[in-house]
Amino acid sequence: MDYAIEVEKLRKEFKSYSSRSGLMGAFRDLFTRNYKIIRAVDDISFTVKQGEMVGYIGENGAGKSTTIKMLTGILTPTSGEVVVNGMNPHKEREAFVRTIGVVFGQRSQLWWDIAVQESFRLLKKVYRVSDKDYKEHMEHVIETLDIGPLLDKPVRKLSLGQRMRCELAAALIHNPPLLFLDEPTIGLDVLVKLKIRQFLKEINEKYKTTILLTTHDIADIEALCERVIMLDEGKIIYDGSLQRLKENWGEGKQVQFTFAKEVTDGELGVLTSDLKVGWRKGEQANSWIAHVPPVHVSDVISRVVARYDIQDINIDEISTEEIIRNIYEEGVVHG
Amino acid sequence: MDKYIEMIRIRFLMMLAYRTNYYTGILIYCINIGAYYFLWSAIYSGKSAIQGMSIEQMTTYVAVSWMARAFYFNNIDREIAMEIKEGKVAVELIRPYSYLGMKTMQGLGEGVFRLFFLSLPGVIITAFLFPLHFSSDMSTWGYFALSIILSFVINSQLNLLAGVVTFFTLNNEGLLRAKRFVIDLFSGLILPISFYPSWAQEVMKYFPFQAISYIPSMIFTESFQGQAIIDGLLFQLVWSVILLIPLQLLWKAAKKRLVVQGG
Repeated sequence: MDYAIEVEKLRKEFKSYSSRSGLMGAFRDLFTRNYKIIRAVDDISFTVKQGEMVGYIGENGAGKSTTIKMLTGILTPTSGEVVVNGMNPHKEREAFVRTIGVVFGQRSQLWWDIAVQESFRLLKKVYRVSDKDYKEHMEHVIETLDIGPLLDKPVRKLSLGQRMRCELAAALIHNPPLLFLDEPTIGLDVLVKLKIRQFLKEINEKYKTTILLTTHDIADIEALCERVIMLDEGKIIYDGSLQRLKENWGEGKQVQFTFAKEVTDGELGVLTSDLKVGWRKGEQANSWIAHVPPVHVSDVISRVVARYDIQDINIDEISTEEIIRNIYEEGVVHG
Repeated sequence: MDKYIEMIRIRFLMMLAYRTNYYTGILIYCINIGAYYFLWSAIYSGKSAIQGMSIEQMTTYVAVSWMARAFYFNNIDREIAMEIKEGKVAVELIRPYSYLGMKTMQGLGEGVFRLFFLSLPGVIITAFLFPLHFSSDMSTWGYFALSIILSFVINSQLNLLAGVVTFFTLNNEGLLRAKRFVIDLFSGLILPISFYPSWAQEVMKYFPFQAISYIPSMIFTESFQGQAIIDGLLFQLVWSVILLIPLQLLWKAAKKRLVVQGG
């Protein structure tokens, strides 16, 4: 078994009902309802090797969660093939789910009213983990995630960061070879995020755990994943290494100018019209960001400085976040 | 099997997590039984027996019906509906167990807890206040125990059916409310089935509701004797098997239809 996940032309369609407006419309809705078929996931194919850490990214509503739900056997695909850990997730659900761990960042899988350790104990029974394995594996997990002092507290009394660490531990009780993480760092502070990333890296190295991760925090991806799969409107628009993505899209520098007075897009465009420079308005007042090929950096700066009164200049590498924003705005075809 | 027993234990812990609920629960049982006692003594005033049941049998019937209800009654229909509404069912489906089986076990945990910690103290308290008649015949207790287990099975199956319907409608508050009322009324909890007009009794033979409350209570009050007990238990057994069929079919269809709401 070389591949942890094999997906071939996977598709999921939902019926989306729309309500008519007004009282008459509401009455008509009682008898017939309008609906559209929405394709949340549109014929995607990809494979994930064992031991790989893959970032699955996309905007809200791009179909990330729907894919994860199909891969974990929660949703039945409309069409296409899914083989995960050598099994069909829907057909052999009970045997299959023993081989995976899942963390939904927005959904707790611990029992709300009871102490964390009681949830662990139940899960240990559910996954038939022997006392020996549990002790060996979980003691380490509990220690690394630093959740020992939380175990006797009911889940409802934990903070989000504390709860998330416990969720992660709960997903790993049976030490699954494949881990799905659906926005595991959502709403967490930097320290907890760091701890979780470090922990994920560690289990990946130690147990060769395959990890598929969806997130909106690009820093998660940068820290963990060598490969990213990018999704837009249900289709895969990029599948490859993060490195290549950066090379293709991230060459050049970002130069941010803060002007003393108001400046327009047109003026700046004229000023650098013979160079390949893209101008974008910055977040602060009177700040503009130029996307400049490396060879023209000094040229652009000297022209701008000669012409305008400048308060501040910053030169940065183009961030992954920037790259991804560009891709979404312009499409994956370069240029 | 281990995991299901563990689930019962967890349910116990959950019920114990809220102590105030526990104490008010006992009080509610006493009030219910007391209210029905006064209602029936008003109806009986002067008469020694109605429909072959003495006032003492009737009071016992009421007390036992409520005690049995504590055991068979559960909220798993509402829980399923809520889990679907909030999308929590996704988490349940990534666990290596049968969802409906686990829900039934949670219901059982809740039932056992209520029986021993709520309704038993409740009945003991009411036994001091009102004349109740408890059989000294061990076989009656045995039949009764068997009968309320079947009550639990049938009621849980109906609850699961009602809950699973939420997979299709996504919101069925109305149906759940109607189901609860129908069961309270037609199961014989409020009024023994023998008090209904004969045509209604005839119709109810074709529904599983009297298997839930009427049969175990009649067995306990020894209003059923000999063959009637066996017939009653068989009626329960047949229904608990029959109900498995629509449950299986509906569950299969539901899994295909599942839409996880939110996120």
